Amino acid sequence: MNLVKKRRKAVVDQGLCVACGCCVKVCPMQAFEIIRGVMAQVKEEKCVGCGKCARECPASVIGIREVEA
Amino acid sequence: MKKHWYDYLWIASATYLILGFFNILFAWFGLLCFFIPLLISVVRGTKGYCNRYCGRGQLFSLLGGRFGLSRKRDIPNWMKSKVFRYGFLIFFFAMFFQMLWNTYLVFAGAQDLRQVVTLLWTFKLPWNWAYHGTLFHPGVAQFAFGFYSVMLTSTVLGLVTMVLFKPRSWCVYCPMGTMTQLICKAKCGGGK
Ligand code: SF4
Ligand code: SF4
Ligand code: SF4
Repeated sequence: MNLVKKRRKAVVDQGLCVACGCCVKVCPMQAFEIIRGVMAQVKEEKCVGCGKCARECPASVIGIREVEA
Repeated sequence: MKKHWYDYLWIASATYLILGFFNILFAWFGLLCFFIPLLISVVRGTKGYCNRYCGRGQLFSLLGGRFGLSRKRDIPNWMKSKVFRYGFLIFFFAMFFQMLWNTYLVFAGAQDLRQVVTLLWTFKLPWNWAYHGTLFHPGVAQFAFGFYSVMLTSTVLGLVTMVLFKPRSWCVYCPMGTMTQLICKAKCGGGK
């Protein structure tokens, strides 16, 4: 059997992000930061894919994707 | 998560709205919600106000989140489009300048003080109980009525979208949020 390890990670559509910072506030891993007041960015190595940020984001521009670990 | 002093600024926002109900002159304090975000974005190039200090955003996340007064649905795509966000910013400013113009007319003596709060730029609510005279010119009170109208209107819009969509949906099209983001963008684009 082919066991490819997958992990869930948050991904931001930065073009539509309003830089409100809600994701920063809810992320339990401090994986988010707001870059120069323009957009949010995820530090992938910190994200555990819990999905809290995606639920909170008022613009709904965060998706949870599966990536190969 | 660790709480900071600024996580309680929602109390200030709620107090502001309540005080304006009893004495309209308190509306002047609302100018802080205009100048602080602008100063932070111009000086530091961040949306620090939105990210930390905005009591209104906190109020919405509290009511919509903790108190569950939100359907927590996705905001429609057109509401997060640049056209709508920038359009709303322009509209908001046009209405703001109209308010300033009315204030000017009262200062100039061309118009009498109108003790009304205008909701959603349309509905004139009598608000005379909140006016007990002023030591200053009636124009000072006219500005207070106008500014309180702006604050109340944006709160009502914010509450509506909070209920319909996510708690802080207002932050998607909030003129202050859009404007500070634009300033930050300009600062980045302008090199450094
Ligand atoms: S919550 Fe959403 S819109 Fe707000 S900064 Fe984070 S990704 Fe951007
Ligand atoms: S999915 Fe969870 S851990 Fe990852 S960025 Fe969002 S809130 Fe943080
Ligand atoms: S977008 Fe508007 S309401 Fe939201 S945090 Fe920023 S200033 Fe406050």
